[in-house]
Parts: sequence; C-alpha cells; structure tokens
Amino acid sequence: MKNALINFFKKIEPDKKKSPFMHTAYDAFFTFAFTPNHTTSAGGVHIKDGMDLKRTMVMVVLAMQLCYLFGTYNMGHQHFLALGEYTGLFQGFHLKLFYGLVQLLPIFVVTHVVGLGIEFYYAYRKGHSVEEGFLVSGALIPLIMPPDIPLWILAIAVAFAVIIGKEAFGGTGMNILNVALLARVFVFFAYPTVISGDEVWVSGLAKAEAGAAVEYGWAHLSLLNGLFESLGWATFNPQATVVDGFTGATPLALAYQGGWANVTSVYTEGQMLWGLIPGSIGETSKPFIIIGALILIVTGIASWRIMLSMFLGAVVTTLLFNAWGATPFLEVPWYYQFYMGSFFFAMAFMATDPVTASSTNAGKWIYGFLIGAIGMIIRVLNPAYPEGWMLAILFLNVFAPLIDHYVVEANINRRAKRSKALAAKQAS
Amino acid sequence: MKNTIVRTLLVVALNLAMHATTFAQSAGNSSSTSYLVYGLLGVAVLIFFFILAQLSDNLIAIEAKRAGISEDGLNLGLIPGAKEIAGSKMPSYVGSGSSVITLKKGFDILLEGEATPVLEDASGVTSFAVQPPNFRGILPIPKLTVEEGADVKAGDVLFFDKNQPDVKYVAPVSGEVVEIRRGDKRAINEVIILADKEIRYKSVEAPDLASADRAALKSFLMESGVWALMSQRPFDVVPDPSVDPRNIFISTFDTAPLAPDLNFVVAGKEAAFQKGLDVLGKMTDGHVYLGLDARGDKAPAAAFTEATGVEKKWFSGKHPVGNVGVQIHHIFPIVNEDTVWTLNVQTVITLGNLFLEGRFNAERVVAITGAEVEKPVYVKTYLGANIGQLLKDRLKSDHVRIISGDVLSGAAKSNEQYLNAADDQVTIVAEGDYYEMFGWLIPGSPRPSVSRTYPNFIFPNAKFKADTNTHGERRAFVVTGQYEDVLPMDIYPQHLMKSILVNDIEKMEALGIKELSEEDVALCEFVCTSKQPLQKILREGLEIMREQS
Repeated sequence: MKNALINFFKKIEPDKKKSPFMHTAYDAFFTFAFTPNHTTSAGGVHIKDGMDLKRTMVMVVLAMQLCYLFGTYNMGHQHFLALGEYTGLFQGFHLKLFYGLVQLLPIFVVTHVVGLGIEFYYAYRKGHSVEEGFLVSGALIPLIMPPDIPLWILAIAVAFAVIIGKEAFGGTGMNILNVALLARVFVFFAYPTVISGDEVWVSGLAKAEAGAAVEYGWAHLSLLNGLFESLGWATFNPQATVVDGFTGATPLALAYQGGWANVTSVYTEGQMLWGLIPGSIGETSKPFIIIGALILIVTGIASWRIMLSMFLGAVVTTLLFNAWGATPFLEVPWYYQFYMGSFFFAMAFMATDPVTASSTNAGKWIYGFLIGAIGMIIRVLNPAYPEGWMLAILFLNVFAPLIDHYVVEANINRRAKRSKALAAKQAS
Repeated sequence: MKNTIVRTLLVVALNLAMHATTFAQSAGNSSSTSYLVYGLLGVAVLIFFFILAQLSDNLIAIEAKRAGISEDGLNLGLIPGAKEIAGSKMPSYVGSGSSVITLKKGFDILLEGEATPVLEDASGVTSFAVQPPNFRGILPIPKLTVEEGADVKAGDVLFFDKNQPDVKYVAPVSGEVVEIRRGDKRAINEVIILADKEIRYKSVEAPDLASADRAALKSFLMESGVWALMSQRPFDVVPDPSVDPRNIFISTFDTAPLAPDLNFVVAGKEAAFQKGLDVLGKMTDGHVYLGLDARGDKAPAAAFTEATGVEKKWFSGKHPVGNVGVQIHHIFPIVNEDTVWTLNVQTVITLGNLFLEGRFNAERVVAITGAEVEKPVYVKTYLGANIGQLLKDRLKSDHVRIISGDVLSGAAKSNEQYLNAADDQVTIVAEGDYYEMFGWLIPGSPRPSVSRTYPNFIFPNAKFKADTNTHGERRAFVVTGQYEDVLPMDIYPQHLMKSILVNDIEKMEALGIKELSEEDVALCEFVCTSKQPLQKILREGLEIMREQS
C-alpha cells in the first residue's frame, strides 16, 4: 500500500530541469508526506536523532491549537455579546462557532497562500527545498490579527514580512526579526486605524456604538442560514443592532483610562482570565496559552529561560511602577497586569523564536528579562500603543546578536584568562 | 567579606519584616494584598532563620579553628556544603583522597547489539592492511620501502612520510605484501599483507628504561612503529618528534554507543599496560593523566585503578565523558601553543609489549557490535584486520552499514576494506534508505533522540535499533542551545561552527577550536535538528588552523 503510493508519487514527479517551479512545489509536498530516504554520509555520524525541523515546527503549531479553537469560538461569542444575543457562553453554540470559522478561515487561507506562495517562489529561485519556517509564522499570524482585518491588508502585511523580513536575509534561520510580529507591526504602522482603537476587536459591526447595524455577508445569510434553517436551528439575524452600553474597548484601554477599577467595571476577572474578552484572535485565553507554553517547555522546543526571565522582567517592572504609583495604571498590582493584554502569548510563542532570540543560554536570560521590562514600560507608560510586547520583542530581536556578542566575548576573555593562569602555573 | 554579607542580609530581613507588618495593617481589608504580605513575611522569616543558622555555623567553624582541628576541605559546620550533597553519590571504590569530576551535560545513545564479554579467536582473518590515510598529517603518497610480493615480519617498516622520515609505519603481522591499493591521484590507500598462520616477529632491542634518555627513547619509538599510533593534540595528528608533549592523556573508558568495555580488553595485559605507562612517563616533563570511569557500581579494572606513575582522574557522566578531549578540558586544557599526546588503551599495551616482549605486538581486541550482528562478541585479531573476513557469517542481513569505530565518528567501510588503525570496534547498523509516511510527525519505529517530543525520556534505559536514515533534510541553523546541552565543555559550539564557516581564524582559536576533535562534536552532530555536518565543518577548521601554525 505504502509502496504503491510512493510509486505513484514518483511517477508524477515533475522534471527538475523542465519545470523547476513545479518540482520545488512537488518536493515540498512529497517531503511533507514522506520523510525522504536520505542516509547519512560515509563520514560523520552514521545515525541521526529522530528530530528534524519539520517536527520542531509542527510541535509549535500543535501547541497553539487550543488557542485556535478558543479564538474561533470567542470571535463569535464577542460578536453576539455586542448584539446582546445569546449572552450565555454556550447559547447559540453553532452560530458562534460558524461565525468564528467564517471570519478565521479566509484569514488563515490568505496568510498561507500568500506566505507559502512566496516561500515556494524563493525556494525555486534559489534552487533549494522549501523550508519549514513559515509553518509556524503562518500559524501565528492569524492568531495575532484583529478579527475584522481586511484581507487585502493581511495579504500585503504577510508579503512584506516574508519578503523583507525573511527572504531578503536568506530565508529560514537567517532572519533578524520575528516574521509573524513583522506582519503585525506592518499593519500597526501602515494601517493604524485597522489595528488600534476600540472598534477593531469585535467583528461584524458597522460601528462600535449602540444602535449600529450588524454586517453579515453571503456566507452567513445565504449559505449558513440556509443550512441552519433546514436543520431547524437558530439563524443569523441581519436586523440585529449593537446593544446599549457596549464599548468594545480592551481591558488595557480601560486600565489606561482609569486603572484596575475601571477594568473590573466592564469585565470580570474570570472573563479576562479565560479570555472571553475582545482582542486579537488567539491571544486572549490565558489558560490555553499556558497549556501551549507548558507543551513547549516539556518537549524542550522553546526556551524556558526566555519565558521565565520575561515573566520576571515584567514582574520587577510592575513592582517598580507600583512603588511609583503616579497614575491609576501604574498602581495596578503586578498580578493583575497579567490578566490583561497578550503577555502570555508573546511569552510562549513570540519571544521564544530561536532564530531571532539570543542563541546563548546566558543571553537568553538577559533577552527575556529585557523584553519583560521594556514591554511593560511601553504598555503602562506609552499612551500611543495599547500593548508593548510586539515592539519590545522586535526591539530585542535587533539587540539579540549584540547580547550574544558580549556573552561570547565573555567566554573568549575567560578562555584567555585561563590560558594566562595555566601558562603561569606551568612556568612556576 | 562573609560578615558583611550576613550583616546586609540581616538589615534587609529586618526592614522587610517591619515593612510587611505595617503594610499588613494598612491594607488588611483586601484579601489578595494580604496574600502578598504573608508571602513577604514568610520570606523574611526564612531569611531570618537562614542568617541564624549561618551565624552559628560560622561560630562553630571559628571554634574549630581555635581548637586547631581546621583542615582544608573539612566541613565542621551545620550546613553541608554543596560538594558534600553532590558527593554522596560518589562510588565507594573511588578512594577518599580523590574527587570525581561529574559532568552534567551529554547524552548516552543506547543501542541494541552490545558485545557480550566473550573473546573469540578470529582465525579466519588472514588479510591485514596499513592505511596511510589513518595517520593524519602525513603526505598522501608516503615513501614505500616494500614492494608487492615482499615478505615482511611483524614490525618491519612498510613506508614512511617524506616530510618526517624518522617516523616509521610498520607491518602489524608477518606475511606477504600482496597488494598496494591506490586511490585518487595515486595516493596510497592500503598496503595489504596476507598474514602467516604463525606470526613471525622482528625482534627489537628495547633500551633500558631506567638509564635511557628521552632522545634515545624517542628514536626507538619512532623506529618501532608505535610512534605513529599515538596522536597529538591539537589537530589529532601523528606527534611531531621535535616537540615534547606537555602532558599525556589516556582515557580508560569509552562512552560512545556500543563501545567496547576496556576493562575486558585490558584483562590479562596489566603488566604491558603498566610498562607502557612507565615509558610514557619518560616522554613528558608533565604528568601522564589517566581518566577513570566512576559511572558504574563496579570499580574499573585494577590495571587502571592501581596504575602507578600516573595522575588518576575520576570522571562520571554521560557520553562524551569518556572522550579524551573532554577529559583534557577538565584536567588541564590545551591553551596557547601547548601540545599533548593522547593514546588509546590498546596502543599503550602495544607500547608496553615493545619493552616487555621485545617485539611489535599489534594484537587487538575488537568488539563486533550492532543490532545487525548475529552474536555481538569480542574477537582477538591484529591491527588493520579485513572487514569482510572479520564479519564472515556474523551478519543478519547484507543491507547494512559497516562502520569501523562507533556510530558517531566511525568510518563507513565495505567488505573489501580494513579496520582503521585507531579503532577497536566494528558497528553494524541497518541502512535507512526507506521512505516513511509522515515520519517527521508519527515515526514508524522507535528511534534514539534527545528530544522530549519523543517518549524516549520516559524510558531512560530503553535500547534502540538505529538505522542510517537522516530522519529529515538539511537546513540552516535554527534551533539554539542544542549543542551546548550535549557538549560538557566551556565552549559555544554553534558560534564556533559559524566562525569556521565564515573562515574567521582568530575567532575560531578564541572560541577553543584547538580543544576539540571530531569525536567531541559528534554528539552535537547527532542531535542537530538542522542535520548539519558538524564533524566535517570542524575538521575543515582544524585543517585551516594547522596550515596557519
């Protein structure tokens, strides 16, 4: 059975000379389906560890699956909360789930078509096989976008991140900046109205104010409503309007205006913890992200050093802020800071990217700590940016080689000192 | 110094305690703040008791000093030192005066097919070869002193390097030189001898150890052929006769996958081993260091533990702790322009026999190992045995990779080829030229891995059947910190490799390339997610460094 399949695939293999692009694409899919029959060379090790880059990358993608599940449902949940319909968590389950899917799937597809298309093209141009880097970037990008992001902006952002951020530097393993964050920062600075303000975190509303109309497309009204009607289930209501008292503001925006008391007047601690709040698609649910982080730590894929030191950096900075206490936001206790915003998502999936982080163990401690500290400073002190991790991580991405340089220099100095000491010992 | 630390801690603790209580009174209404306060209080209490214990500990130590029972390394205090806690695992056979160097980093690859301690006679092996490529540092076309058809005795000179004509390369067995195999550009690959049934030895006149000076010993060793079997670091080459080694290092245990048990190999040859050590002691002004195995419950062979005239260092940990390069790093690292020698145990025995028996005895005990071997055992043969004859009727299948040496840094060989001079092990593993459906996600068979994405780490004693499949394609460096976890040296392997790739000679040297040999980074190459050929890269760097010096 397996051999028949391989033979079939081998038969349809495009010619490498005649159609190189097709061959690159074929090779990418074939090596995805079958690990190649390569054997170790006659010199060097004869057996190799069962770990390869595909497995590494896919483990990260698996670790964020809960965020995908929850993010999809939460998009629908937030949408109906804004309309004042099905306010219970599991009321209108199918509506919320399918609403989320209708939002998420196009984002996911566009991200991958654009990103993988560019990857395939560059692999063909450079004559190497398609590398796995985009598996993770492509899975991360949908999770960090606002639910209502226009697809054309997403496409441009992904293209920018992959071409300028990665391929210009030489592809997977060579990039300086985190590709997924680069896509987000592109949207953030090129289309500021799309990714900031209170309007963007709940999707499907004409405006984020009471009485605004709901926006449904053909997929909701023709396709899904038809399906639900035939099953006798509840359908999307195109006449619904935004309910009174709805804000759409994220906890961080509220905290900036009036501290923790202002946040808790809108959202409960439980809502913030479980992530039933407006926000980017996948970054709201803390427990699910922490499960993902634990998977990454236990499997040893992501650096626990970075995660721990980033946490410590954030805690130390907030304790300093608490001591200062000049504004209500500065006075938010350190443990409440973690209820808000996307700290955990940035910690688990963004800061730990091995390519852009520090490569030495000592460097990882410094790198993580500084991200924690700087990210918290941006979050609390800078009114222009509602959340600091994106900028802090990109900033430290740039400085990671410098941190490594000093760590390696320290090793060189230690080595030189040791030579001197040993030489003196020999002379005596 | 210590007192100031204690005093500062005390002040901090008192302050914390005071503040915590006032804080508790002012913010007692909020339940979550009080948790914080209780936490702080707890920490303060802990610090207080710690300081108390520390203080009394110091007082006891001072008292002991006054009473005159102070001794270096003796802990008289209440609190056990970190060394004492760690040292509790020290095996009983390690004498009380010595310590164990325990290395945390590393990884033991457990494979099926370990040789059972049974020594068989390999009488079927009649073809032997001396292979000039085994001796790193000599020209590819050495000067032959024999022709095809010549009759040689064990110990007769076969060839020498034109750059270093004093160092002779000799026949391991007696018989007829049947073939001189050449490779590319007429390089000599193998000088093949068809062995006699009964080995005839060229008798050699060993100088008297007690009276001979170093120069005489040197020229004797070079003439006898043992010199060429030793290795000089850095670069792992045939020793340069113009330099005296700073130290000589011998590892008495091998931690590579399926490596032979050297305690078994040395059995019955204790006298020769000790004689070899005595000779080596004459060759250096420094020490001869013996790396001893402190990993198991049983003490290593008495030949090692009771050797005299050497410095013994105990090591414990995972592979590559048995590598002599790793041991050098922890005993007395190679710095500046130092050169040291390294020998394997069987070379020391050959060296000893030169003086004991007065002949070049190149007898070798070779472990035949691997999951593809019918009955993994040890066999007695000579240096450079023919692989096909050695493995006759021993293999389970013929779709295998035959490796002279271990799976990490050995060399692939065919049946017509010969064991490398430094190797005391043949490993046979299955060839892995198969496709695996979604093998990167759901592997079809268990395989060794350091990664915890495999359930291997739950079964630390499980043995694996490994094959030569690469389990993935080569990629750029992506994952970091991986090499550091399996290289127990103060070296940044990934940065070193990158400096070699960009040919930055100064950086290579500063990052410690001279301390490394291929076998030391072999484990890094094994674990590499990006499947980079690290041993090859390292060798390129070492060759560049050697040309420079």
